[in-house]
Amino acid sequence: MLEASKMVDRTVDAMSGPRGKKPKKALSGRNIMIYGILLMVSLYYILPLWVMVMTSLKGMPEIRMGNIFAPPVEITFEPWVKAWSSACTGLNCDGLSRGFWNSVQILIPSVFLSIAIASVNGYALVNWKFKGSELFFTILIFGSFIPYQIMLYPIVIMLRELGLYGKLGGLVLVHSVFGMPILTLLFRNYFTSVPEELFKAARVDGAGFWGIYFRIMLPMSLPIFVVAVILQVTGIWNDFLFGVVFTKPSIYPMTVQLNNIVNSVQGVKEYNVNMAATMLTGLVPLVIYFISGKLFVRGIAAGAVKG
Amino acid sequence: MASKPLSARLTRNLNAKIAALPMIITTLVVFLGGTIWSVVYSFTGSKLLPKLKWVGLKQYDRLWSNSRWEISIENLFWYGIFALVLTIAIGFLLAVLLDQKIRFEDTFRTILLYPFALSFIVTGLVWQWLLNPEMGIQHIVRSMGWESFTFDPLYNPDLVLIGLLMAGLWQGTGFVMCIMLAGLRGIDEDIWKAARVDGIPAWKTYLRVVIPMMRPVFITTLVIVAAGIIKLYDLVVAMTSGGPGNASQVPAMYVYDYLFQAQNLGQGLAASTMMLLSVLIVLIPWAYLEFGGKKHA
Amino acid sequence: MTYSVQIKDLDLHFGAVKVLQGLNLNISEGEFIVLLGSSGCGKSTLLNCVAGLLEPTDGQIFIKGNNVTWEEPSKRGIGMVFQSYALYPQMTVRGNMSFGLKNAKVPKAEIETRVNRAAEILQITHLLDRKPSALSGGQRQRVAIGRALVRDVDVFLFDEPLSNLDAKLRADLRVELKRLHNQLKNTMIYVTHDQVEAMTLADRIAIMKGGVIMQLGSPDEIYNRPQNRYVADFIGSPSMNFLDGEYRNGTFVKGDLSIPVQGYAFATQPVEGGAITVGIRPEHIVTGPLVASAPYRTTTTVDLVEPMGSDTLVWAKIAGEPFRIRMDGQATVAVGDTLEIGIDPSRASVFDAKSEERL
Repeated sequence: MLEASKMVDRTVDAMSGPRGKKPKKALSGRNIMIYGILLMVSLYYILPLWVMVMTSLKGMPEIRMGNIFAPPVEITFEPWVKAWSSACTGLNCDGLSRGFWNSVQILIPSVFLSIAIASVNGYALVNWKFKGSELFFTILIFGSFIPYQIMLYPIVIMLRELGLYGKLGGLVLVHSVFGMPILTLLFRNYFTSVPEELFKAARVDGAGFWGIYFRIMLPMSLPIFVVAVILQVTGIWNDFLFGVVFTKPSIYPMTVQLNNIVNSVQGVKEYNVNMAATMLTGLVPLVIYFISGKLFVRGIAAGAVKG
Repeated sequence: MASKPLSARLTRNLNAKIAALPMIITTLVVFLGGTIWSVVYSFTGSKLLPKLKWVGLKQYDRLWSNSRWEISIENLFWYGIFALVLTIAIGFLLAVLLDQKIRFEDTFRTILLYPFALSFIVTGLVWQWLLNPEMGIQHIVRSMGWESFTFDPLYNPDLVLIGLLMAGLWQGTGFVMCIMLAGLRGIDEDIWKAARVDGIPAWKTYLRVVIPMMRPVFITTLVIVAAGIIKLYDLVVAMTSGGPGNASQVPAMYVYDYLFQAQNLGQGLAASTMMLLSVLIVLIPWAYLEFGGKKHA
Repeated sequence: MTYSVQIKDLDLHFGAVKVLQGLNLNISEGEFIVLLGSSGCGKSTLLNCVAGLLEPTDGQIFIKGNNVTWEEPSKRGIGMVFQSYALYPQMTVRGNMSFGLKNAKVPKAEIETRVNRAAEILQITHLLDRKPSALSGGQRQRVAIGRALVRDVDVFLFDEPLSNLDAKLRADLRVELKRLHNQLKNTMIYVTHDQVEAMTLADRIAIMKGGVIMQLGSPDEIYNRPQNRYVADFIGSPSMNFLDGEYRNGTFVKGDLSIPVQGYAFATQPVEGGAITVGIRPEHIVTGPLVASAPYRTTTTVDLVEPMGSDTLVWAKIAGEPFRIRMDGQATVAVGDTLEIGIDPSRASVFDAKSEERL
């Protein structure tokens, strides 16, 4: 069929010499180095998690005698039960469960409110530019770099004026404000990639600001909403500073309560209970992380993308 | 364009403006207003409550003559330099390793990034436990036969920053790696091919071609990481509470204590203004490079 | 005879996907070969295999008689030009052109001479101290060619080098490439999906599809005697008209239509009553006074007219099939006109309807 294949070549012996893939040693020096380093680094990264889990499953006598890296001889879930329901902070001995439920109560409205505000912001910034909108956005992004410490006290005053200081609602508001820069950036970048024709077509069809947002933008940006939820859930759950400053002991979020349990100076240190409590607090973001996989990475990358 | 009546200009895109109200209030009232309020009151002698009683630079004089502040600044400086250089260097190197078309890339990435999902409090408490001299790493090494082995950074004022660094790097390197990996993946495949045809070894291609091409990624990462370091607070609270003694004090801690514990508002606000200043020193040149440069190009 | 590049039984599989299949190609010294095909046909993959940037699953590659199958790209004696230019953005033009040489420890004076000579050939001497970001697309591609030129190699590989340029620049640079080849007389392998580039530049064109060469031949052969229906359809714009029918007693029959094809030089005589396809290029259909001398004549009604300036494309129907006729740009035709046309079967292509091979 082909002239080329019919042409028999006599200058080179087709059977001689290298052919096909260059054989490679699986254990080349290069591979040993790459996998060796990665395995060692991975070990360094896994070790704390391993130790945390192992310690939380041991009894105190075993901890005092043994090796923190060793798996428990006798597995006990008592530390977890104690951390959850009866660990003490000061005079309060009802465990981390209180902090957990506080965090949940803070988390749900904060995530909802911050994402609602930021997605509308992003949408307005892309499709409904008004005089000064870019300036506000620039200040917003700059604000995310400014140390929160400088705004703490003024916010205390504002919340007091609003009657929200020391209340869950106040903390929800603070999270919505400080979540705004990164989330607005996220949504703005996403909406920029939506073809403008779609927006124009909807306007020609007579849809207004909210009509386009709810019927066109919202349904087609579910993935970015998931990214935003991941970002906010981990961010708000892990917050410590705002919790300490804007709430009072009875409604401390889980991280603050955890720190108070572990770093309280009273009584005998129960390392197994401490590690179980630490693990419990870390569990929510860890579960989100392992479930979300690539979306978590996408959320991180969004933070590094230029505005 | 002829000037329209004011009311018409205000009602144009009215819905968008109403929708953007939370953002406008946040930027104007909280970010700008709050910052200016703090800076202004740092020049007053406010104690428990804010009072406009001017004292000039007195709060700053007191701040800089306070040994605790001096230690805080020194700590942040050294911690910052090492954390910045090491997270970026290690993060980049790990990204390069993951970029070698290796097997199990996703597994390695998942392992290297998971600490970033954890809070600084959890990070600090885990490492506090690992570095516990009676039961942690020091104890293990000693029980393996090296009796004189000493590694107790959390109880040794000279080493405490190393302890913080170990935890801080563990938590933050994965993040830098992720950004760097995205940067490396953004490099045109053809550049690598051209370098191979030119006979440039891979390490030299990274050094002479890829790293220069990734300059914007490096700068952005640098700014994000640096801004994070200046805010350093939770990790220290969880790991050392500023101890032993005052050996691991940081500015954010100083601010918190003076604002909410010592009831010395003016002093706390002066310290927070200094923090703002240090961030601006990082931020302004970057903003100038990033946004100012574009207009000229 | 030694070939410049020889490809023997080349296979490349990505998992279960066979990108190249048992591919053979011999390229003579100084030949300009164009690999042409639509995207995904394996043309770029083949080029990357020759460059050593992809490892074949099986088969061998020889350059100047040396088996280079396992050789590093830089040691194969090739230079390569990429679609995205792939210039090192942080280096000047001079830096881009000399980076590989410096790395190979070529003496400084020698580098200087080679860079200056290449710059002169490509007329980019005045750009040597600029950075790629300060150059236009056409200038960048010249620098990319210069980077290949300084390597002093026998074989140049081009991977769609003009695809990122606008139409006018593409035409200019195409002419320059042709001139460059005439001047240097190196072997060049050139990948493109643009048939105009292929027709104008190539000594021989290899048309690829599904990792296989469908036809290898001079532009003239490819255009006038396509080996199969795929090549016939692929080459030529507007593309060839095809009529499916039967061969009966020296005549192509489709319904009421019967075109005598005795004048056609059959390579293989079709079976009596066998299904055949006749392909006629729109520009080979004559109109006006020329119809009188055509071996086959008929009339048709104009459906649609597309004036394109230099010529006019007329859509009509023959035996119920849409049919394109290329007329002079000055021709005055209107929809509904009755048009007398003439066809010369000796200029047509006849294919077996089943195997789609030329008869």
